[in-house]
Amino acid sequence: MMEETYEIMTGNEACTHAAIAAGMRFFAGYPITPATEIAELSSALLPKAGGKFMQMEDELASIAAVIGASCAGAKAMTATSGPGYSLMQENLGYAVVAEVPLVIAYAMRQGPCQGVATLPAQGDIMQVRWGVHGDHPVIAVAPDSVSEVYTETIRAFNLAETYRTPVVILTDAMLAHMSERIRIPRRSEYECVDRKRPTCAPADYKPFADDGTGIPPMASFGDGYRWYCSGLIHDETGFPVADDPQLITDDIKRLMGKVDNHIADIESYEEYQTAGADLLVVSIGLLSRSVKDAVDQARRQGIKVGLFRPVTVWPFPENRMAALSRQVRQIFVCEMNEGQLYHVVRESAGTTPVQQITQNNGKMIAAETILAAIKGEN
Amino acid sequence: MPDNQHVFDRYLRQDKLPHIWCPGCGNGIVINALVHAIARTDVDPDTIVVVSGIGCSSRANGYTNFCALHTNHGRALPYATGVKMFNPKLKVIVVTGDGDCTSIGGNHFIHACRRNIDLTTIVFNNSNYGMTGGQFSPTTPSGSRTKTSVYGNIDTPFDICSLAEAAGATYVARSTVYHVNLLIRELAEAIEHPGFSVVEAVCDCPTLFGRLNKMGSGADMLLSYKEKAVVKQQAEKMDAAALKDKLIIGTFVERTDREEYTKQYASLIKRAKGGN
Repeated sequence: MMEETYEIMTGNEACTHAAIAAGMRFFAGYPITPATEIAELSSALLPKAGGKFMQMEDELASIAAVIGASCAGAKAMTATSGPGYSLMQENLGYAVVAEVPLVIAYAMRQGPCQGVATLPAQGDIMQVRWGVHGDHPVIAVAPDSVSEVYTETIRAFNLAETYRTPVVILTDAMLAHMSERIRIPRRSEYECVDRKRPTCAPADYKPFADDGTGIPPMASFGDGYRWYCSGLIHDETGFPVADDPQLITDDIKRLMGKVDNHIADIESYEEYQTAGADLLVVSIGLLSRSVKDAVDQARRQGIKVGLFRPVTVWPFPENRMAALSRQVRQIFVCEMNEGQLYHVVRESAGTTPVQQITQNNGKMIAAETILAAIKGEN
Repeated sequence: MPDNQHVFDRYLRQDKLPHIWCPGCGNGIVINALVHAIARTDVDPDTIVVVSGIGCSSRANGYTNFCALHTNHGRALPYATGVKMFNPKLKVIVVTGDGDCTSIGGNHFIHACRRNIDLTTIVFNNSNYGMTGGQFSPTTPSGSRTKTSVYGNIDTPFDICSLAEAAGATYVARSTVYHVNLLIRELAEAIEHPGFSVVEAVCDCPTLFGRLNKMGSGADMLLSYKEKAVVKQQAEKMDAAALKDKLIIGTFVERTDREEYTKQYASLIKRAKGGN
């Protein structure tokens, strides 16, 4: 029997190791608490793996360099937190429209603005969904442990390559910095997806033509295909189109469809003690482990409560949310902000009442606080 | 494609012409110079990537028949940096404007100069924001009229070449769209230079900057460059009074004492793999 590999590492370290395991060969970033260690470790590990690390002049440049490298064929990532992610929005929008695969590791800190740089929060759930101007698809995964940071980072690269779109790994200052003992998955346990390449003659290549899957094959600069890549709404050759309502409609619909038409493949969530539950707590990320603790305590007291944890925050698993809403008599949304996921849950909750359990002070919400809320004691 | 084709047929996307620029605009002359410069080098056209930002000049890579990355406003240089860094075999050329490069992209510009990564940057300097209708830019001369300086510009302009030199660019040159042969020579040198190179191409915007400052037609503006320009070797013999209102053209910096960035990184990879 093959020996298992266990290691103690932080969320940021797990993210970096997993990224390299997933094939990351380019990282560009700018120092920011609490994501900096991903840049530090990448600078040390990437050259050993034959990859490239760059520290850029700011976050705009960081994601720009990542997009450039991805167009040249790299699996590429950057890492940041709220203030840096704000700066990345314009180029993130570019990656969406130009369909450039990339991954952003995003360790949330208490905000807004500079907020409290060292403390965890979940105040950027909506920024991740709507930070980019204009309608656009988004994939964001929110692991709950260092171990899941590892596996979801690999999945983030695979989703980015499969769907030619940016993918966000959403953690927080606590998960980024805390250490846990994790099992390193064997290479045979996970897949590493490479983007689909064109096989046609260079003269026939249309870089944004739908091949029937909704995801066009992507050439790399320098491999013989001469293609034009733009952030303007474009036709299948990549060139901008100013006044063609049908084409604009089709282009946006295809972009949205890359996620909307592949929900079954992209979406993931965890249910804990939901069988027979008549109360439900919805929570994401590390915080959901406090909720699990509260659920265990409540169950021991005879309270039939369960946890619904979207791993893909975006796309939000709304069908399962709606089904669970019909099962329970009361939903709680537990989050470290003033109420963001709350509004999303309400969209799927039908007539089931939805109550907030929030705390927005840089502290994780204690299981006891959650339990008291479930019992209606606060 | 056969080598006996005209350079325009080889290196321009004929199906995208005519271009979108105004009659008399100097941008077409800069593209003309660029493709002639490329033809003078032995660069494999399949390895060329032309990266641009936003603005009139940044539409240039839609007309050249190479790989093209038309990016966001001011960001051409960091996109280009990522392309070059990941695949140093590519010949990466950046086409940008005075506003794109030295205003919204100013920070990226000085850091690209400092880093000395092997990119060739052509700054189309027409002294204003053309695509948005003629507002003042960081290179608009003091006192000039633009749509946002109707009482005369009180800003002090950048000298792009001095800025590039101070920030550490290892090849810096200037020409104008009147001095096309010089421009071609400088662009060819810049493309072959192993490091970060900047060529400022002073070009006319007769529709906006020229009209608002009563500078006449495109042809009149080209002739004004002929009168204003002094080649560097000649300028070195002139005093400050004689150089007042003159435009110095030529190569200002050509140095090879700093190792190019991707070459340094290749050495770094060797060190990292060696374990020290």
